[in-house]
Amino acid sequence: MECLIGIRGKDFVLLASDSVAGRSVVAMKKDHDKMFQLSSKLLMAVSGEGGDTVQFAEYIAKNIQLYRMRNGYDLSTKAAASFTRRNLADYLRSSTPYMVNLLIGGHDDNDGADLYYMDYLGSMVNLPFAVHGYGSFFTLSIMDRYYKEDMTKEQTLALLQRCIDEIHERFIVNLNSFKVKIIDKDGIHVLKDIRPTTKPPVEAEGTQQQQQLMDTA
Amino acid sequence: MALEEIAGLKFSNGSDLFKGDRLLADDCLQASFNLQIPRFCDPVQFLKQYSEDGDSNVKIQFDHGTTTLAFKFQQGVIIAVDSRATAGQWIASQTVKKVIEINRFLLGTMAGGAADCSFWERLLAKQCRLYELRNKERISVAAASKLLANMVYGYKGMGLSMGTMICGWDKRGPGLYYVDSDGTRLANYTFSVGSGSTYAYGVLDSGYRWDLSVDEAVALGRRAIYHATHRDAYSGGVVNIYHMKETGWVKVSQDDVFDLHYKYLRKE
Repeated sequence: MECLIGIRGKDFVLLASDSVAGRSVVAMKKDHDKMFQLSSKLLMAVSGEGGDTVQFAEYIAKNIQLYRMRNGYDLSTKAAASFTRRNLADYLRSSTPYMVNLLIGGHDDNDGADLYYMDYLGSMVNLPFAVHGYGSFFTLSIMDRYYKEDMTKEQTLALLQRCIDEIHERFIVNLNSFKVKIIDKDGIHVLKDIRPTTKPPVEAEGTQQQQQLMDTA
Repeated sequence: MALEEIAGLKFSNGSDLFKGDRLLADDCLQASFNLQIPRFCDPVQFLKQYSEDGDSNVKIQFDHGTTTLAFKFQQGVIIAVDSRATAGQWIASQTVKKVIEINRFLLGTMAGGAADCSFWERLLAKQCRLYELRNKERISVAAASKLLANMVYGYKGMGLSMGTMICGWDKRGPGLYYVDSDGTRLANYTFSVGSGSTYAYGVLDSGYRWDLSVDEAVALGRRAIYHATHRDAYSGGVVNIYHMKETGWVKVSQDDVFDLHYKYLRKE
């Protein structure tokens, strides 16, 4: 029921995650932040099984920081993502696999902005945009239709707003608040939470006309 | 270890204290640091045979039904719990203490397996005391709940059943965390856990405000548990209410839900 969205723009990556923490049918927390800071310019959004998400994210984050302490510089986005994937893959066939799906967004001086999509089976791919969860069924086509390379922040936020509106329109689970963060050359910036725009109802007259047409047909 | 050095003892091979039984020594001292796996291979498989649809003639039905709730407000944290323990359809007890007193400033609630909750929270009490001795200050609610979450995460998938709320008062003010046996740990203003939690949420969410007075908050907690016990067959007995203040916790009241039923009826 969780939704993670990532979009790469011109020299920045935008990550958004829904903010509902649920247990079976109950929403236990409505302002939950599912994104973890791995380093000053690396952000990871995680979804999946209860304890695994936090434990895995913190394990990766601490190891990335350890690398920084030992070597004096941060890992590149690609290297950090590969390290994460290696851990997921190694634990997959152990007795304690991590059931987590994640998106890693980061910014390098060498490669610019990068977005990596990873799933619990340890597959990884670099993408311009990516979505995890049931929300993907509703939003990937919107991304295919409206995404362009090198969009500005405003354009990317508008695209994200369209996606969230569609999820609100068609997805049976109520995800009415998304936490949004941007990673660019200056680091990680937290933006205001995004909610679906309230749409006016379809005109009553129009539906009556349609009903008459259907009756006579 | 710190205590070992202070006491001037040496827990090396062949320690006098345990008369050469090193396994026992290791167990007692290392229990909370190492993963204690039982001597048979797979606990989940082992327990399956004793469950309802298992092969064995012996059927173990764990205690699960309950309603517990806790909420933060400007005067601290209110914890309200029921007191019924059920083993399947059988009411095993109407007088269970579902609030575990970890220390003067920390309380834990019990939902899921009764033994799991009391054991792990007792172990948490030990860890909290060790923290105090090592750091000369009281442990924060965030740290205590994180310790518990990490402890049970190690046993994930092995059949532990625990849904607890860790409530306390520390430097940051009132603290409330939900921790369960999957390893989930969440912070929020209101939580309700157990089979009757949805009913309790209904009353709690409708009446909750940050600026409730202590009496109003206690009444809200009591009302929410009562309504949950009314609708949920697996919750009942008495409503126990605790209030976590800046100076520690106090036990506020204990009311039988049967009496509450007629009291509320008369009021309307």
